[in-house]
Amino acid sequence: MSATAKPIANTRSATGIPTARLITWWVIASEIVIFGGLLASYVMHRISHPEWAESASHTLTWAGAFNTFVLLTSSLCAVLAHQAADAHNGPKAAKFLRLTSLGGLIFLCVKAYEWTIDIREGFVLSSGGFWSFYYTLAGLHGLHVLAGMIIMLIVAADAAKNRELQRVECIGLYWHFVDIVWIFLFPLLYIAR
Amino acid sequence: MLERYFTAASTYAHSIDHLFILIAVIVGFWLIVAEGMMFGLVFKFRARDGRPTQYITGDEKHLKRWISIPHFLVIVCDIVILAGAITVWYNIKQVLPAADATVRVIGQQWAWSFQLPGPDGVMDTADDIRTVGELHVAVNTTYHFELLSRDVVHSFAVPAFRLKQDALPGRTITGWFRPNRVGTYDIQCTQMCGIGHALMAGRVIVETQQAHAAWLLRNSGPAVAGLQSSPASAMDPAMTLAEARP
Amino acid sequence: MSTEVQHAEPGFFRKYLWSTDHKIIAMQYLFTGMAMAMIGGYFAYVFRMQLGFPNQYVPGYGIVTPGRYNALVTMHGSIMIFWVAMPVLIAAFGNFLIPLMLGCDDMAFPRINRLSYQIFLLSVLVLLSSFLVKGGPFGGAWTSYPPLSASGAYNLTPIGATLWLLAVALEFVAFLLGGINFTVTTMNSRAPGMKMYDIPILIWMIILANVIFMASVGPLIAGAVMLLFDQTMSTGFFDPTRGGDPLLWQHLFWFFGHPEVYVVLLPAMGIVAEIIAVFSRKKIFGYKTVLYTAWAVGFLSFVVWAHHQFVAGIDPRMANIFSVTTLLISVPVTEMVFLYIATLYGGSIHLDTPMLWALAFIAEFMIGGVTGIFLGSSGTDIYLHDTYFLIAHFHYTFVPIAIIAVFAGLTYWYPKMFGRMLNETLGKIHFWGTVIPFNVIFIPLFITGIAGDQRRVYDYAQFAEQSRPALQHLRTTSTIALLVMLSFQFVFLFNFVWSLRSGKSAGANPWRSTTLEWTVPSPPPHGNFAVLPTVYRGPYEYGVPGRADDFFPQDIPD
Ligand code: HEA
Ligand code: HEA
Ligand code: CUA
Ligand SMILES: [Cu+2]
Repeated sequence: MSATAKPIANTRSATGIPTARLITWWVIASEIVIFGGLLASYVMHRISHPEWAESASHTLTWAGAFNTFVLLTSSLCAVLAHQAADAHNGPKAAKFLRLTSLGGLIFLCVKAYEWTIDIREGFVLSSGGFWSFYYTLAGLHGLHVLAGMIIMLIVAADAAKNRELQRVECIGLYWHFVDIVWIFLFPLLYIAR
Repeated sequence: MLERYFTAASTYAHSIDHLFILIAVIVGFWLIVAEGMMFGLVFKFRARDGRPTQYITGDEKHLKRWISIPHFLVIVCDIVILAGAITVWYNIKQVLPAADATVRVIGQQWAWSFQLPGPDGVMDTADDIRTVGELHVAVNTTYHFELLSRDVVHSFAVPAFRLKQDALPGRTITGWFRPNRVGTYDIQCTQMCGIGHALMAGRVIVETQQAHAAWLLRNSGPAVAGLQSSPASAMDPAMTLAEARP
Repeated sequence: MSTEVQHAEPGFFRKYLWSTDHKIIAMQYLFTGMAMAMIGGYFAYVFRMQLGFPNQYVPGYGIVTPGRYNALVTMHGSIMIFWVAMPVLIAAFGNFLIPLMLGCDDMAFPRINRLSYQIFLLSVLVLLSSFLVKGGPFGGAWTSYPPLSASGAYNLTPIGATLWLLAVALEFVAFLLGGINFTVTTMNSRAPGMKMYDIPILIWMIILANVIFMASVGPLIAGAVMLLFDQTMSTGFFDPTRGGDPLLWQHLFWFFGHPEVYVVLLPAMGIVAEIIAVFSRKKIFGYKTVLYTAWAVGFLSFVVWAHHQFVAGIDPRMANIFSVTTLLISVPVTEMVFLYIATLYGGSIHLDTPMLWALAFIAEFMIGGVTGIFLGSSGTDIYLHDTYFLIAHFHYTFVPIAIIAVFAGLTYWYPKMFGRMLNETLGKIHFWGTVIPFNVIFIPLFITGIAGDQRRVYDYAQFAEQSRPALQHLRTTSTIALLVMLSFQFVFLFNFVWSLRSGKSAGANPWRSTTLEWTVPSPPPHGNFAVLPTVYRGPYEYGVPGRADDFFPQDIPD
């Protein structure tokens, strides 16, 4: 199978669900288990270590809150991109996708600023249980944001030329997932006392 | 059955051995039936020309029975086994019979060290007895052990007692045993704990009540040289190994 | 009709190393897996020699020091599970057979498929590179319990430990990608007319295995990240002195580790199902019941993990719950095995080499299975935990799976893969030369285990009771049997290579089977089907009444 031509296998749909959407769901499912495992470990430790609340109080809640807002709006753009794609308006979809990844960029900048402050205050990865989980969870999530942005820009480049429009929806789904993960992280890392 | 391969020297050794036999009988029976069935069918239905194969889906009532009946019998067998397993487990790991004496067992790379309360019977007092690699206990005495680890996960195992319990750093795990047979038995470490894992051997010496009392007196107070546990002597095998290692 | 664009015949590199063709990728996985099997077998040879003939020079290796012994055992275990059983059973057979058996031209995402193999290959290289670094490869057992694995000060293999962890993590990623691709392909790309219950059992099993894998590996990937940070960034996730918990790793590991054993069991069961049906010319006895039992096994496999930790310091009350679930899981497995045996009833059984392997699988696996019951009942596990009884138990499951069932599959699909038949006589010699010694290797180990031999010990000199001469005789017997078994593997290798050229040519359907892969030429051309097939019936229509042929292929209209 030459890399350019799609195999027939890719074009079939015995379930009625388009292949691209199906694989996106499976990817998300496997990611859920990974984050699930990490979060579960964190929660179990957190319960058995009430003293971690003190460390948690040093996190910049306002920054976390702002980031939540940023991600939610970016998710909205993803939805709009999907609508544009459904209307076969590639360029419009591309525009919204680029807006979405801009949201991701802002999110990462805020994170970077946040972490510099934390580190200035002397809280690093190895400063104790809470901080280890804090950096690991947020870091893993950050990587997903970054990956999502990059893929999104590639998809946008295609979409602008009205190519592979079905991918717009898929990357959108993925972005919502990344968003939802943060919805879990924010209260558990910043607010929980 | 197990005794044929390993002396039983604690009160609960036999309960484990009997459970082993129970399981052996039950699953052994099934294994023979199943294997016999398989080879029987292979022979009975070996290809012979002029004998067509039968078209069987597996939904036929009279044939389904051959699966469903064993299915329920196996569940019954499982329940019997479980009843035995949980009773044995409960008596060994979940209940702590009143102790006549206590001993502290400390695992570290790569040696077992032990702490017995001296004649005063109180742990962590001047007359405590600390030994390395040798655990002295009295026969027909119920011991509680406090199991701890100084570094990695070890596992305190005395096959003759049918006793096995992992030692975790940061926790003290309590258990019990009651030797009922005078003699000297192996102590093993059964959890991978580094290059000295295979050298982490010890001996448990089960003495008569009198002999043990005498031993306690001999060694109580500021511990006697040779028995005194200094980290160095405990780490010795480690050192030599670390050097020996390429 | 294949819409494949015509292009010039690609060069060797593009054709064999950079290909997206599922058949080539299957071969890449197969040969990598076989190579790793030989490495893993070589390690078994070395440390068994040390056990059989303590502290003597091992031909082809040298003197086995304690550190080296631990590393050999750890690498043997890791390699055999992650780099032999999984790539060969799931990736090699899955890649080769899924598109062929489903009647489509390739995987749904060929380039993801290629990526999966490339990441897998990388993981192999990372693992092997740990043999070159200072301190040598990791020796903390394939279970890699912290704190031992978390700190170089304890395991003395700081670099090796991290490389092992990275290699395993990469392997997981490779199989996540591959597995997702398999699952999507099977869900969406089946030939028209192939309903859910027209899918061959092997495909069902591979997909179930992938789903189980996907659902269980996540927490361990998270755990791997934590352990990596503990090793390299001095975090304390598993360090009790700093608020961490060593048991957390054990739970994360076994939550994956137990389902993993069924991840490799199910595909093996699938291979055996296909072969039993063909060579006894019978419909599988209760096709759907087999699937139900497989689902039950998959579900239950998530709630038994702590049976590996009965004496690990968990709450003793938990042990009872897990003892119950563990014995419960023996019920569906039992039923599956019995269904296979029932399939033989009323057949006309041809004992060709693949069938011999398949029957041997059932016969041997049952022994491994029933010995699992001794371990599953918490009471006896107190004594048997981490003894050679355990070692024998899981080799009586793993060897049938990763060696016997694999040989069954290889001998059965070899004609399809390479267009020529293997030599029957050599095949039968290899069969008996493998299966008989296999039992002679591991039955003595059951006894040494009952007699108290604990695992991961390079020399029992320290332990008076284990130094009994009788036990040493048993160990030596086992080692000698291994030498015999290994020497017979050369018969297989010779047969494999020789038949590539000189085997008699196979034709499309040498075994007169019903499934779709046998409707295309052997080896299948690029794009598989000249005309993409339509499916009219289930996969095991043998001896259908009122037909001249005793088999009724899936793609023939009635
Ligand atoms: C693919 C491999 C595989 C398979 C299929 C199994 C199958 C089973 N295993 Fe095993 N197991 C391992 C691989 C496997 N195991 C490995 C690798 C380890 C060690 C890991 C390590 O520590 O390094 C291990 C360890 C292990 C332990 C931990 C022991 C310990 O560490 O102390 C336990 C305990 O419960 C256990 C139980 C079982 C059971 C109950 C089954 C059941 O599924 C078996 C069911 C099958 C049958 C029962 C046979 C067929 C039935 C009959 C013939 C009818 C008669 C049966 C009855 C009456 C019940 N296994
Ligand atoms: C799939 C899993 C698998 C397989 C197949 C094997 C195969 C063998 N294993 Fe092992 N083993 C493990 C998984 C496996 N093992 C694990 C997980 C451990 C625990 C590790 C730990 O404690 O951390 C272990 C540990 C272990 C021990 C315990 C060591 C100790 O605790 O001190 C021993 C001791 O005898 C042993 C022996 C053997 C032997 C003699 C074989 C023989 O059957 C090997 C025979 C070799 C071959 C048959 C290869 C020949 C190859 C070819 C012919 C190429 C073609 C092959 C294919 C296409 C597959 N293994
Ligand atoms: Cu301590 Cu093994
Ligand atoms: Cu298990």
